[in-house]
Amino acid sequence: MEAEVRPLPKFEYVVPSSLDEVLNLLKDYPDKARLLAGGTDLIPKLKKRAAAADLVIDLNRISGLSSIELRSGRLHIGGLARLSGIKESSLVQEKAQALVQAIGVMASPPIRNRGTLAGNLCSASPAADTAPPLLVLDASVRLQSARGERMVLLPDFFLGPEKTAMRPDEMLTEVIIPLQEGTSTFMKLGRRKAFTLSVVSAAVFARVSRGKFAEVRLALGAVAPTPIRGRKVEESLKGNEVNAKNIARAAELIQEEVKPISDVRASAEYRREMSSVLTRRVLEQTGRGGNHAGAI
Amino acid sequence: MRVQFKLNGKSVAEEAHPDETLLDFLRERLNLLSVKKGCDEGACGACTVLLNGQPVRSCLLLAVQLSGADEITTVEGVSKPGELNEIQEAFLEKNGFQCGFCTPGMILTAKALLDSNPRPTVEEIKDQFEGNLCRCTGYEQIIESVQRAAELRARRQ
Repeated sequence: MEAEVRPLPKFEYVVPSSLDEVLNLLKDYPDKARLLAGGTDLIPKLKKRAAAADLVIDLNRISGLSSIELRSGRLHIGGLARLSGIKESSLVQEKAQALVQAIGVMASPPIRNRGTLAGNLCSASPAADTAPPLLVLDASVRLQSARGERMVLLPDFFLGPEKTAMRPDEMLTEVIIPLQEGTSTFMKLGRRKAFTLSVVSAAVFARVSRGKFAEVRLALGAVAPTPIRGRKVEESLKGNEVNAKNIARAAELIQEEVKPISDVRASAEYRREMSSVLTRRVLEQTGRGGNHAGAI
Repeated sequence: MRVQFKLNGKSVAEEAHPDETLLDFLRERLNLLSVKKGCDEGACGACTVLLNGQPVRSCLLLAVQLSGADEITTVEGVSKPGELNEIQEAFLEKNGFQCGFCTPGMILTAKALLDSNPRPTVEEIKDQFEGNLCRCTGYEQIIESVQRAAELRARRQ
């Protein structure tokens, strides 16, 4: 059952103007502070008492955290960049098509106007739509604290539902995508076409050369405790011809990698079947070199 | 805490608690009852306001997050008192509402769309209204209202 929505609980509110201030607050109050970026996840969770906060640290007045830029062969997306801004960015449209497609079918425009990529990752929902694209794009995240900083590859970042490798005194300040030759595609299956959580989602990145998969990475969402890479599928495809037979075999194989659960949105059995369907469709799409994806 | 921002062109300065949403602040401190409280968790769109021209959920913002540089527009700010703008006229003409609960959010969402895209396609209208729920009209009349508003705007410019 959905928890009841109640008025917000009492909390202290601070609005720092620099990242250093935020990191120092996190050092002093690691367990009691919550970071507020878009608020599209934190505020409903606080109202439902699914999250607690003694101190809410508002990040929205820190400058320099919302940039989207290309630096030495990598796309850097700031932790405060809004989902709508990322979707509209010509850089992201050119270099990370699957991410743009995923954002286009997430929540609704007013939510995307506030919500951030960093927030979507930190919430660590197994169904987070930005995760499969970022997994196939080999993205990593920059985690900063008063102690220093570290880079974590996305597969190492997700530990379980709502669990990440981020420590209580750390903040995700940047998502970094290395640029590679190839195309990426995202598709999602929901209970309806728009404004819905994924029942199953899938993303693929591929570089096709002389009719073969020279490079291929597949990731699925909402079919395991974390978003997952389909490594067996990738191995079965790499170096092989892009044809219906190989794609069909890959779609079968993904069933060995998913560990879906039954919930209000779908049964485990249905998710398992749909994992194959979506795997086949994203691979077909990329094999054709097209990018007409999104909600199906 | 002191909250300061521009509301429909006028400066507002009031005290607010940190745990007060912009929605509750507008309704309870400023008596702006056009901003509706539906789900209070970002799903229904009834509490939509424009923040610097962009539609956002007032139930997901804290009032204390606003600053003097921010401008909030509610449906009271889209036309002069006693007058209707093209969008409001179009919603009346095309029966874009029945009970009216979702209408302020719909009007503001339409304004944001038409301000950036004066002649939207039906698909673009549907995309923009993804997060505004209406339980009366079945949406067809809302889409027609937005198309009609676009026509009226074009004619008057």
